[in-house]
Order: sequence, then C-alpha cells, then structure tokens
Amino acid sequence: MDATAPQEPGPPILDLWHPVAILAELTAGETIRTRLLDRDIAVGLDGEGAPLAWLITGEAPGGAPESLPAIAAYEFAWTSLGTPPAEIFAIPECDEPDRRNLATFSVGVHVSAPRAVENFLDLGHFPYVHAGILGQVPRTEVADYRVEVDPETNELWALDCEFFQPQAAAASTDGQMSQYTYRVPHPYCVMLYKSCPTDESRFDVIALFCQALSADRVLFHTFMSVIDEVSSDEQIRAFQTLVSAQDKPILENQTPRLLPLEVGAEASVRSDRASVAYRRWLGDLGVGYGVIPAGLPDDGS
Amino acid sequence: MTAPDPASLLHPVAAGADLVPRHVVRSRLFGRRLAIWRADDGFINIWEDRCIHRGMRLSAGVNDGAELVCQYHGWRYSNRNGNCTYIPAHPGEAPAGALRVATFACAERYGLVWSGDSADASPPSIPALEDAEVLVLRSLPVNAPVPLVLEGLARYSFRPTAALGSDIPVATSADAGNPFSVTVTATTAGAASSVVFFVQPADAGRCVIRPVLSPAPAPGERLVTLRHHAGALEELRAQLEDARPTEIAVPLPVATLEPLRSGGTGGAAGGRRPQLQVRVARKWLCAEGITAFELVPVTGELPSFQPGAHLDVHLPNGLVRQYSLTNGPDLTDVYRIAVKLEPDGGGGSRLMHDSVHVGDVLDISTPRNNFPLRRDAARTVLIAGGIGITPLLAMAQTLARQGLTWELHCFARSDDHIAFGEMLDSLAGSITRHVGLTPEQTGHELGRIVRPYAPMNHTYVCGPGPMIATARALAADAGWPEAAVHFEYFKNESPRDDTSAFEVALARSGRSLRISAGESLLDGLRNAGVDLPSSCEQGACGTCIATVLEGEPDHQDVYLNGSERAAGDRMLTCVSRAKSGRLVLDL
Repeated sequence: MDATAPQEPGPPILDLWHPVAILAELTAGETIRTRLLDRDIAVGLDGEGAPLAWLITGEAPGGAPESLPAIAAYEFAWTSLGTPPAEIFAIPECDEPDRRNLATFSVGVHVSAPRAVENFLDLGHFPYVHAGILGQVPRTEVADYRVEVDPETNELWALDCEFFQPQAAAASTDGQMSQYTYRVPHPYCVMLYKSCPTDESRFDVIALFCQALSADRVLFHTFMSVIDEVSSDEQIRAFQTLVSAQDKPILENQTPRLLPLEVGAEASVRSDRASVAYRRWLGDLGVGYGVIPAGLPDDGS
Repeated sequence: MTAPDPASLLHPVAAGADLVPRHVVRSRLFGRRLAIWRADDGFINIWEDRCIHRGMRLSAGVNDGAELVCQYHGWRYSNRNGNCTYIPAHPGEAPAGALRVATFACAERYGLVWSGDSADASPPSIPALEDAEVLVLRSLPVNAPVPLVLEGLARYSFRPTAALGSDIPVATSADAGNPFSVTVTATTAGAASSVVFFVQPADAGRCVIRPVLSPAPAPGERLVTLRHHAGALEELRAQLEDARPTEIAVPLPVATLEPLRSGGTGGAAGGRRPQLQVRVARKWLCAEGITAFELVPVTGELPSFQPGAHLDVHLPNGLVRQYSLTNGPDLTDVYRIAVKLEPDGGGGSRLMHDSVHVGDVLDISTPRNNFPLRRDAARTVLIAGGIGITPLLAMAQTLARQGLTWELHCFARSDDHIAFGEMLDSLAGSITRHVGLTPEQTGHELGRIVRPYAPMNHTYVCGPGPMIATARALAADAGWPEAAVHFEYFKNESPRDDTSAFEVALARSGRSLRISAGESLLDGLRNAGVDLPSSCEQGACGTCIATVLEGEPDHQDVYLNGSERAAGDRMLTCVSRAKSGRLVLDL
C-alpha cells in the first residue's frame, strides 16, 4: 500500500482532538512544528501556559497562520482540524490527588494509527514480542474475554481479559495471571486498566495516544497514570520505552500498513475478538483514514 | 516473434546459496513480496511474505527447519504447503484447515532459485550454461526497469579470468537469449567465457541482475573474478540509474504474479468423502502384528497435519477406517500410518495387511485433528497402550523438536509389539516401556505415572477403552482437572441405543426434521442437506460435533468428558440422540 493516493481524513477524524505535543516540551513564546493528518502545524503556549496551535498553510510567507483550537489534557497539547467536541474523553482516574500522570515515551512509527491501536489491544503477542516481560512462551493461551460497545458513550471496551505474565510484579518469581480492561475512547487512542500492585482496589492506567502524521505514519505517544510512591519518573518511563521499542519493528513489518476493515482480509481467531470489534467499530464510525475500508481490494503489497 | 506472457515464465528470485539453513530470505517478483526458506529436508518454500493473521512479514519469522514461525503471534506454517499448524493463543484447538499462506512455484537451475505462477513452467534453458560448471556472481538490485537494464547489459564488457591483468584484446558479443536475459561472451586468443545475466522483474521500476558465469574459474581465481564483475556491474548500475528516464520508453509487459495456491483465512466444509488420492510408497512390518504404510500423493503436495491428526482411509471394499498419522513435523512429503491386525475386527485391518500393496492407490480424507496437542504445558505426559502409540509418536516428535518437557510411556505385550521401536530410540526424551503387564499391574503403573498432579501438566492417553478408562479415573483421583486429561479411543466399545425418535430444529436454517428410531441424527441431517463433516461415525473421534442450543442430548459417545456431557451444549451427531422430545442445534 505504499503507492496509494493520499487519503483524505473525513469528518469523523477531522472533528476529533488529536495529540500534537508533550506539554512539558513547550515553552511560552516559542513554537514547535509538527504534522497532523498530512498538514503542517505549529504548537506553542500562551502566557498562562495554555496550548496554542496553528495551521501552516505554506501560501504567502509571513502571512498570518490560521489559528486552530487547542486544549491541554493528560500531559499533552491536543488540537483539531475540524470542529471538535467541547471536551476530550474523560479519564477520571487522572484527577485523583495521589496519582502520578506522566507522558512516558513517544516514538515515530511507520504504520497507520489503527494498526498501532490494534497492537495495543492485543494480548496474543505478549509472549512473542514482549518475552520475559508481558508474557513467556509456552504460556501463550488467550482466555476468552468480552467485548462491548458502551451504548451511552459509543466507546469500545474489552473486559475480563487476563494473561500470564512472567514478571507481573517485582516481587514475584513464578509469574501470575494479570487482569486487564481495555477501553477505546477515540479511533486513534486506547488505554488499559491494570490492577495496581500497591492497591488492589484501584487501577493503573496506561494509554496510547496516536498522532496520525499521515495515513500510514504515527507518532506513538504513551501516557501513564499510576499510584506509585517508590519508582522514579525515569524508572516508569524506562518500562514503557522498552515495551514500545519492542512493538515498533513489528508494526513496521506489517503489510499493508493501513488496517483492512474487510472481514476476511486477515484471518481472525477467538482471541482476536477485540481487534475484530475495533475494525467493525471504525467502519461504523465512518473512519476512512489509516484504514482500507471494507469493499476495497487489498492487493497485499 | 510474439513475446510470451512474462508471468507464464519462471524468473530467478534468489541464489541457491542465499538459502542458508534456518534462514528466511525476502525477494520480490512483479511487485509481490516473497519469503523464501529452505527446510531441513531441502525443500524450498516460496511464499507470500505476509502472515495471514495480522499481515506480519513472514521473512522476519523463524525457520525452525520444518515450519516457519511468525514473529508476531507465533503462528506456525508447515513446510511444503504453507498450512497453519498451530495457533499459540488457542493451544487446545486444531487450526482450521483453510488457514494457509499463499505459495508459489519453485525450481532450481544454474545455482539460482526460480519462481512464477505456473507449476508447469521451467527455468529458461541457456546453451552457454549447459555443459560447464558455473559460478553464480554477486546479484545487484537496480532502480531501473527491465528493458533499460537489458539494453545496458548488452553493452557489458569484461575480461575472461585468464586474461585479467593482461592487455590482450578481448572481443565481446551479446545475445538476447530470452526476454529476461542477455548472454555476453568475451573471447581472447587464449580463452572464452560467458556471463548470462538473468533479470528478475522485481516490480515495474526495479529489477535484480543475477549473473551466472561459465565456465567457473578455478577456486584460486574465484575471488579476483568476482571482484572484476562486481566492479563492472557497479559501474553499469550507476549509469543505468543516472540515465533512468522519467517516462519508460519500453514499458515492462504488465504481469501479476498469482500464487499456485492462494492463502486462506476462512473455515472449511466437508462430509465423509475421500478428498485425496495417495499411492502406497512403502509397506513394512514395524512391530509384531503391526504394518506401517507410507503414503505419497498421486499428484501435488499432501495437505499439512498437526500432531494427533488422523486420516480416513477408504478401503477398496467400501469400509472407512481411521488411522492416526505418526509423522513428526519434519516429515511432510509422506503420510506414515500403522495398522494393527485385528483378527476379530470388521475386516479393515485384514484388508490393509493382506490386500493393500506398494504401488496401490488409496482414497483418503485430508487429515483431521480431534486430539490436538497443547504446547503450553509445563510437562506433557504421553501414555500409549499398544497401537495407541501412533498419535502419541507424532506428539513426542513435535514436543522434542520444540524443546518442551515431555515423557512417553508405552504399554505393550512385549518389546516386539511396540510400533516404530527404533524411532523411539532416536528421540531425545524420557521414554519408558512397560511390557508384559497384567491389567492389575498396568493399573498400578498408571497410578504411579499420574501421581502427583502438578499445575500446567497435561496428559494424552491413547489405547484400548479399558486402559483409557483406568487412566482417566486414576488421574481424576490424583487431582488432574478433566481439561488436562486428553484421550482418544480407537473405537466406541459401549453398546448403543438408537430406539428413540425425536424432533430436531436447525436454528440457523430455520428448518426442523424428525429423526426416527434406527436412523442416526447425522444421517437425518445429511438427508436434509446439512453437510456436516464426520469420520469414525461411532462416537469416538469428535468430528461430527454440533452445538446444542436447547434440549437434552442423550450422549452415547466416548469423546466428550464428564463435564462436557453435563454441560449438554455439544453433542456428537453420529451416535448421540435426544432425551428430550426436541433438540435445537446451531446448524
């Protein structure tokens, strides 16, 4: 799919908030340049520390750039090329006073945002791609789990997921079954809730916010909201850096880079139900950017 | 001269020497990405470079000598036919037969590996390469279309090895041998040598030059010769890429490469019909009263199989018998089965022993697996009684190859009654022979084998009915969960009652039918046009299983275990019936 004509992000994607910068990397009075949905944009901060964003049209040099809406959320600056909702999806856990909210690791990956989200939703690759950390051969079985679309929010959830992890906690030697809940609140964002090692009644949140540079390239931003009084920021980031670095070469070797939505374009088994539901959900939302819509040929190149 | 359709020809895609053991090479032909690997048995696989599951490049996978393992989710694909043999996310289930990668034709000639979309095509025959030892020179990818590259190659000049470093005049002549090659011959007073340049059409704008030199230089002169050509070709590449026109003057004839066998991502149907013809290639006595057969395909390749799988063999007298495959994963070009002579049986084994000979053709089904092997156990205990060793042999070889922890216990009347005894000796693993035991002694040994139970242990038992029953009971006493005890009966030895009559509603097709006394549910379904696969048709193999949505089944099989029977949500349609007046099936 390298040679396809550029895709146009339709309204469902244009009207969403998209992450474009880590807040901590912005300085008042300065701008950084980045890309979103095949457009050049600039991001900065106002005197109050609130993010600003502009579309760089590239027409008259020195001409006034077009201002874009911008908000701060979850340690990132977000913008939109269309008409975004008043608020971004909520992660209520982040407001708890004893939480540490961290932008953990960002890396460019030559793949579509939906392929990256699907990888994040996938348990079956743990023993192969994250061997010794999130899984270990031969403990490869994916137990059945549930997938639901919340009728009120239209968010996609995968519930009652569990997987054997060789080192789920620093103190464990034999490994244990870890429980997960996945939530997809946005076509290009996904998060998981994992029981917190220090407080069984609460959940750590790990999120992937994809900045779609183009239909087949993303900046893969990760975010964590954890209850952890012991680890340093660097230790928390190191874990996420390692895991993301293991996924990058896998994602870049998937072909096609765009996610095929046609049923049967790729073989699915029971453990792929989250992936299958995500593909359907994207189709139902009318997403046509970063995907091969159902009904179009997938020539495998 | 009319140009042949380029897709009907074979093209070089790799050098034979590139296919190092246990490696995977990537290549490209007419825009198709290929993953090429040589199995330990020498067979070269040319596959679409894409896992059918989530599109991962198979060229990034692991060649384990008999299977290619995808790096993303560990899906395993078989040497030769590319069928998926194992899905680690579901260790207890056999992958659907239709799951396979797309495969392409393969041939070897002149030190190169050739592919295309026709199984009948051969690599081109080039006179200059026929009668001498040849040397494959370094290949070179060029960012230019085939016609331009062929034109440039026609101007190639070089010196024969004997004339290197001298200033003897050299005459070169070029000859377009076929639409995708050029032969350049250099002649001096003392020597002549030819380079044949095969041009691999990678895609519309790129190709790979694959030169072959004839005659091959003496070993001591090889390096200097390789350097000479590498330098000359590098120069040619620079010229070609600089001269690359924006508009291609002579476009490459349009071709798309179609696989010989397309990849598949869906499920398969099937009744109890023969699907394959095989020839008996070898027949030998592999133990007292046990004859082994090796079956080879009459045409094409054999479908792949998984450990625990069996075949239906359609005998010349109309009988259908099931035999387990004993093959390990590395044996993919034959099916190996073993048949025990049952003097009091239905005649199938007598027929196989006495009337089936080497060279005979048999109709068989494709392999089915109702006894799948999990490969996620901490320890696997295989327990064989007599001829029950056959599926367990396949399992033992698979476990040994993957380096997993296993042990095999063979119960038999004597050492001479253990089938394939010599193969057991060659398997690295814990193998214990228990011979000449009474039923009481067998029970005692089985008790020792299953104790104590440890978590993540799995046991597979195959043998006579009473032995399986004893092993299951002892394992249950020792604390084994039912899901960890796997068994396969050869046959259902319990009496069956087919006197009931009942209604069956088919939920998916919205029909209903009546099954009368003496008629099996499976036959009733088939008469109503429902094509349900079946195999043993005596409640032993599990092939004809159906999901029960409503009603209470009257289980008469030996396939389901206690909790599966109690759940009542699945039944074997060949022997089981209804206790309630009505069943609703998910068919």
